[in-house]
Amino acid sequence: MLSTDELQINIGPQHPSTHGVFRLLTRLEGETIIELTPVFGYLHRNHEQLGEANSYLQNMPFTDRLDYFNSMANNHAYALAVEKLAGIEVPERAEYIRVIMVELTRILNHAGAIGFLFNDMGAWQTQLAFSMREREKILDLFEMVSGARMMCNYFRFGGVVRDLPPEFLPALQDLLEAMPAFIDELERLLSENEILLARTQNIGILPKELAISYSVTGPMLRASGIPYDIRKAEPYSIYDRFDFDIPIGSVGDVYDRFLVRIEEMRQSRRILLQALEQLPDATGSHINPKARQNVRPPVGDAYTRIESPKGELGFYLVSDGSTKPYRYKIRAPSFINLTPLGDLCRGHKIADVVVILGSIDIVLGEVDR
Amino acid sequence: MSDDNSELSARQRDEARAALQRDLPFALSPSGSFPSPEGGPDLLATSDIVVEAQQIAAVARYLRASLNYIYLSNITAVDLLAHGCFELVYHFYRLSGGPALTIKTRLPREKPELPSLTPFWPGAAFQEREAYDLFGIVFKGHPDLRRIYMWDEFEGFPMRKDFVRQGDKYLSE
Repeated sequence: MLSTDELQINIGPQHPSTHGVFRLLTRLEGETIIELTPVFGYLHRNHEQLGEANSYLQNMPFTDRLDYFNSMANNHAYALAVEKLAGIEVPERAEYIRVIMVELTRILNHAGAIGFLFNDMGAWQTQLAFSMREREKILDLFEMVSGARMMCNYFRFGGVVRDLPPEFLPALQDLLEAMPAFIDELERLLSENEILLARTQNIGILPKELAISYSVTGPMLRASGIPYDIRKAEPYSIYDRFDFDIPIGSVGDVYDRFLVRIEEMRQSRRILLQALEQLPDATGSHINPKARQNVRPPVGDAYTRIESPKGELGFYLVSDGSTKPYRYKIRAPSFINLTPLGDLCRGHKIADVVVILGSIDIVLGEVDR
Repeated sequence: MSDDNSELSARQRDEARAALQRDLPFALSPSGSFPSPEGGPDLLATSDIVVEAQQIAAVARYLRASLNYIYLSNITAVDLLAHGCFELVYHFYRLSGGPALTIKTRLPREKPELPSLTPFWPGAAFQEREAYDLFGIVFKGHPDLRRIYMWDEFEGFPMRKDFVRQGDKYLSE
């Protein structure tokens, strides 16, 4: 074997496979990674400090910009935190609308993540176009209810900003009917593609114990074989009323992470079907009419978390009794899920780095804040 | 639902407090070691468990080994300028489910140093770096404590309440 010198390679910050402005410093022996250090901060705008200068309501559209793929989920986590802090009740109908929006978000996020996986491996655009086509349909629904496709700003304290328009429910029904065919197609693209299997199986394995000590959450934790889902572990909103399973992986490699995402899309569809069935019987309106939007919560603190598509999204708020949060902290799932990246990549080839990074499913708006 | 959760979280907290009282009594810090300002809101008042900062690693390891809180989810730093201290808030979970166990600890603003949890929970690494970068809190024993968001040459800690913003032409408007 030829002996080679160590080589340092810098990937990013402007690089298509880093999913944003993100830099990776790698040390290589031949093509094999010896060490990998992620470097952040290129999209840092001190979101948390800006949040302290805004009133509670002004932060609601601001949370859309965290994980810009999943603005509805961000809205939900933030609304829950303020509602806990200020003691605001949410009517039943509003809870159903919220669950519908967040589960739709989960489907579009996972569809996008899987589409980008193919892009990362060089299968340019075809599979991604399938995912984006499905995502467009969901974005149309979001536009129907909120007027915006990505920056929805749809949630308010005590409910959502406006009720569902009459054309929404039939459109959602149609979407859900057509969805199994799309999910099956996506799964076939994954599991029947020999190149993809060779590139993802036994790559970037994260064992159970490490997943726990690395504070990993979301599909990544479940792919490592731990059935932990906040919707079941600490049910919030009305998730205790729905019947759904928690898919888990067996190996904990890149392939498992994507299989878990496929299965989660199916489970989200199940939740949506149940929500559609129960929605007509829900009491109350889309928002609690007594809830003030210019809240002035009592002195104290509150931490709430939701199972966002990427993992545990938490908001920790401290109130000093004024109209602005004294402290506004975000526990960003994709930031903390990046912690094991160096360990996952060590020993693999440099071409695997983009695949492993893609399987973590990061969004830099949330990582850098 | 939320009533169940708050009841459960109060019960968890009381159990953990009793266990700490029994096995690590020196770690539970006496309340009122930092003064509350007159007239202002008292942000130090809390029903959560407050521990002595230098004992945080011992407390965290005890929670993991004896009480099964094996999952360290969140580390938050809060600058309580009027009280002259920083507060660090840790959220722990059990994998069997249930609400968070919140552990708080306070540090003097003049010398904000406490033991790092990274040697036991590598998942704390980036969160501790973030608290160091934005608040200037020094985690002793952290293997790689350097700035994470701001550039290396940056001076000061922007999330501190007494941080003077400068060089921003929009500030005066």
